[in-house]
Amino acid sequence: MEILVCVRRVPDTSENEIQLNSAENDIDRDDLVYSINEWDNYAVEEALQIVSRVGGKVTVVTVGDSEDEEVLRREMAMGASHGVLLSDDLFPGSDGRGIASILTAFVRKQTYDLILTGVQADDGAAQVGGMLAAMLDYPFASLVNSIEVLDGRKLRITREIEGGNKEINEIDLPCVLSIQTGINEPRYVGMRGIRQVASIPIPTYGASDLGVNSRDIGMGAAKVKRLGYFVLPVGRGAEMLQGTPDEIVDRVVELLKAKGGLS
Amino acid sequence: MDIYSPAGATYWLVPGRVLFLVMHVLGIGCFFFIIARRLVPLLRAAPDFRFDQPGKRLGNVAKYWIGQWKHPRYRFAGIIHILIFTGFLVLAARAFSLLVLGVSDISLLPWFSGILGHGYDIARDYAATVVFLCMLIAIVRRVVFKPARYEAPAKFGKARGVDAVFLLALIAILMLADSFFEASKAASQAQRGQAVEYLALFSLPWMLKTVLLPVSLPALWKLGLGAYFVHNLTFYFLLCYRPFGIQFHVETSLFSVYFAKLDPEILKPVRWGVSDQQLDQVKAFGVTRFEDFTWKHMLDFYSCADCGRCSDQCPSHAAGRTLSPRFLTIKARGYAFQHYPVLGTPNNGTPLIGSIYSEDEIWSCTTCGACEQECPLLIEYIDKIVDLRRGMIDDGNVPQSLQKPLKALESRGNPYGKMEKKRADWAKANNFQQSCPVQVLGPNNKGADTLYFVDSITSYDDRIQAIGRATARILHRLAEPFGILGGSEKDSGHDVRRFGEEMLFIALRDHNVGAIKASGVQRIVTADPHAYNALKHDYNGIPPVQHISQVIAGALKTNRLKLNHSEKNGKVYTYHDPCYLGRHNHVYDDPRDVLDAIPGLKRVEMKRSRDRSFCCGGGGLMLFYEPKEEQRMGVMRVKMAAEAGANAIVTACPFCMVNMEDAIKVAGMEGQMTAIDLAELVDQHIVQSEPASDASTPHEHFAEV
Repeated sequence: MEILVCVRRVPDTSENEIQLNSAENDIDRDDLVYSINEWDNYAVEEALQIVSRVGGKVTVVTVGDSEDEEVLRREMAMGASHGVLLSDDLFPGSDGRGIASILTAFVRKQTYDLILTGVQADDGAAQVGGMLAAMLDYPFASLVNSIEVLDGRKLRITREIEGGNKEINEIDLPCVLSIQTGINEPRYVGMRGIRQVASIPIPTYGASDLGVNSRDIGMGAAKVKRLGYFVLPVGRGAEMLQGTPDEIVDRVVELLKAKGGLS
Repeated sequence: MDIYSPAGATYWLVPGRVLFLVMHVLGIGCFFFIIARRLVPLLRAAPDFRFDQPGKRLGNVAKYWIGQWKHPRYRFAGIIHILIFTGFLVLAARAFSLLVLGVSDISLLPWFSGILGHGYDIARDYAATVVFLCMLIAIVRRVVFKPARYEAPAKFGKARGVDAVFLLALIAILMLADSFFEASKAASQAQRGQAVEYLALFSLPWMLKTVLLPVSLPALWKLGLGAYFVHNLTFYFLLCYRPFGIQFHVETSLFSVYFAKLDPEILKPVRWGVSDQQLDQVKAFGVTRFEDFTWKHMLDFYSCADCGRCSDQCPSHAAGRTLSPRFLTIKARGYAFQHYPVLGTPNNGTPLIGSIYSEDEIWSCTTCGACEQECPLLIEYIDKIVDLRRGMIDDGNVPQSLQKPLKALESRGNPYGKMEKKRADWAKANNFQQSCPVQVLGPNNKGADTLYFVDSITSYDDRIQAIGRATARILHRLAEPFGILGGSEKDSGHDVRRFGEEMLFIALRDHNVGAIKASGVQRIVTADPHAYNALKHDYNGIPPVQHISQVIAGALKTNRLKLNHSEKNGKVYTYHDPCYLGRHNHVYDDPRDVLDAIPGLKRVEMKRSRDRSFCCGGGGLMLFYEPKEEQRMGVMRVKMAAEAGANAIVTACPFCMVNMEDAIKVAGMEGQMTAIDLAELVDQHIVQSEPASDASTPHEHFAEV
C-alpha cells in the first residue's frame, strides 16, 4: 500500500514559553524550538505499522521551506521511505484552503492508496485534512484511532467520538484519514537515526512543478486572515486544600465536578 | 607392587587398567566436547578488549578468586564457600593422582613422597573432611532453612534448588568415595601388618578406617575397588554435568575473574575498537540479539553461581519491579543453553526483548551498582543493561514517558524543555545575587578559576534550586572566585548515556567540553553526583572535578571553614549514600566527616550504608520513567532511616532529595522525617566571618520545602 502522510513543523508547546510579539499579532518566534506536530507523528507511525503488516511504502510531505526539511528527516529516520518538500515563494501566507490546494496538486501527480494527516496542528485549525479529501473527491474520516486493512481495498476504522466512545466505520480506498493521538505509540527517533538519513536527497516541488493555480494559494488568496493573537495570562496562586486526606479527596471530587472534569 | 591397585584389579572380567582408560578417555573427551560447544556463542559474540594489563588482572585473581574477597560479605555462606574452595584447591592434586592410579601404579608425583608428601596427605585428608561437612551443611541449608535469596518467584523463572542439592550431594559422594578408598586401603594394611599409611587424626578417612578395621580382607578389597570406581564415575559425571548448570563456575570463574573489567566506573563503549567518530558506521547499536553481547558478558552468564546476592541487594528487586539481576543472567544462560545446544545446530537470532526480557525489566534498573558491588565473581550488570537499552533506543523502542525528556534534551539541553536562557535563573531569585554574586563564565569572562557545574535539575527545579544557592553560598564563603556556565551549560548527559542514547550523550558532552574549555577554569565543583560521575569518567580533557562534599571536607581540614553548634532541635541525622557518590566513586567518608564536624550533631548509621547503600529510586531520566513496582524504593529507604532511629535524612544528591521528599509524603511521614542536602545543612551552620548581613538567607529556602 502506498501511503502519503502530510506533516508539519510546529513550535513545540512543551518546550517553549509562548509569548506575544510586540505587535501582538503573532507569538514571539525568537528562541522557539520546533518539532514535528504531535498528531502527524502518530499518523506516520500508523502508516509505518500498516506497511509493516501489508507491505508498501510511506512518503511524508510538508509544505514549507528548507527549515522544514528537519521534520521530514525525522520521519524518514522513523522509517518513511521518501520525504517531499513542497516549497515556493508563492506559498507563504496560504490559509488552510491554500495548503489543501497545494497538497491536492501534489497528490494528483502521484498515486496513493491512503492519505493520512494529523487531526490538527498545535498552531492550526484542523481543516486541511477535510479540505484535501473534498478537493480530491476522496472519502474522509476524522479523529481516527484505529485502522485495519480489509480485503478488496477497504479499511475498517474506528473514530473517537465525544465522551470517549468509539464509532466503527468501513471506508473505501483511496481515502483521507485524520489521525488522533493515542492511536499507537510512536517509535523513538534518536540523533543517530536522523544522521543516517541526513544525506538522502529530499525532492522539492514548487508551484509550477505541481501545476497549482496561483489564485488558490498565498496571502492574496487566503480567505481566512489572522487579525490578532491572545496568550492566556499566567494565573497567580494555587488553592491549597487543607484537611485530612479523606476531606481533601472529597473536596477535589467536588471541585472536579463543579468545573466539568467529572460527570 | 602394591596389591591395592585398581589398575591391576578386574572389574566384571574387565582389567581395571582398560576400564579406567576407557573412562578417562570418555570423560575427558566428553568434557572437552561440551566446552567446545559452550564456546560457540562466545566466538560469534561482539568483541571485548580484555587482554591488557595482565599484572592487574592476576592481582584480581589473587584477591577475588584465590582470596575469595567478596565472599565474607555474606558471612555464613561466604565462610562455607571459602572452605569448599580451599578444599578443592588442596584436593586438585589428589584428584589427579587418584585418577592416574586407575591406569598406572607408578606415582606421577615423585616429589610427593617424604615429608612434603606426608604434609600433603594430612592436608588433603582434612580437606576432604571439611568439604564433605560443608556439603552436608549446604544441603541442610538449602533443604531446611531455605534462604530467601535462593527463591525463584514465578515471574522470573524456575528455581534451580533441586539441581543445587543434587550437585552438592555428588560432591559429598566424591569426598566419601575418596575417603572410603583411603580407609579400606589403610585398614587392609593394618590387618596384614604392613606399614599403615598415616591418616590425619579425626579426618573422614581416619574415622572410616577405624570403622573398617574389623572387616575381612576380601571385603575391604572389594570396598576399596568399589569406592575407587564410584569416585571416578562421580568425578567424570560432575565434570560433564557442571557445564549444564549452576556449578559451571567451578571451571569458568578463574577466567571470569581474570577477564573482569578493570575500570568498572567507565561505561562500556558502544562497540570495542570503534571510536566516537566512527560510530556512524556501526550498523546497529547495543544488544538486541544474544550474539550482540560481548564474549565476556556471555562468559559472565556461564559463570553465575546463582547465589542470589545481586538480587538480594538490588533495590529494584526489593521494590517488586520486574528486574532481578540474578535472573537477567539466568535467563540469558538459559537462552544460550537452548539456542546453542551441546548436540544439534545452533538456532540464533531471536530478539531478546519480548522473548526472555521485557522492556520494563530493562528500563527498571537505576544503575545503582549494588549488584556488581556484591557479586563474588565480578559479573557485570550495568554495561549489559546499558547495551540492552542502546538496542532498544536504536530500534525506537522507547516508552513515551522517556521520549519527551530525550527530545527536550536534544532541542533544549535539559529534560524539562525549559529555555536555555533561564538556566541561570536560580541564582537570581530573591535578590540572591546581592548576597552571593554568581558570575557567568565564558569566552568573554574568564574571571574565575573554579567552575560550579550546576546541571539541569539544580538549574530548573524549584525545590532543588535551593541546593544550588546553598552550594554557591558555600563557595562564596570559602572566598573561592567561582562562576557558572549559565545558558551555555547543557545537561551533563550522565543518565542520557545510561539510558542508552549514546549519540545524544556525545552531543551534550562535546558541547559542555567546549564550553568548559572556553571558560578557562582550572577546576570544577558540582553538588550533583550524577554530573560529578559524568565529568569525572565520561568526559575527557577537562579540569579535575570535585563534589561539594569533598570541597567542604577539605576546607574543614584546613580550617578555612568553621561550623556552628547544631541547634538543639531533637534532630537525629542519618547520611544516605548517593549511588554515584558512594559506590561509583568511593566518596563515603568526606560527607560523614562534614556532618561530624558540626558540633553537637547527632548522627546514626543506617544498616544499609556505604557500599551497601540502598538506592532511593534513581536519578536523571529515571525520574520520568514509571516502572511497574509494588512499592517505591524511596519509601523503603525512608523507613530504613526511621528504623535506624533518625528523623532527618542527609543526602548529597539532588535526585535523592526529590525521591526522599516524595517518599516522605507517600509514606505519610511528614512531620516525623525530613530530608536535607549536605550543602544546605552546612550552609545553615557556617560561622559567619563577616557581619551577618544576610543572616536570614540561609534559612530562606526552607520556606520552599
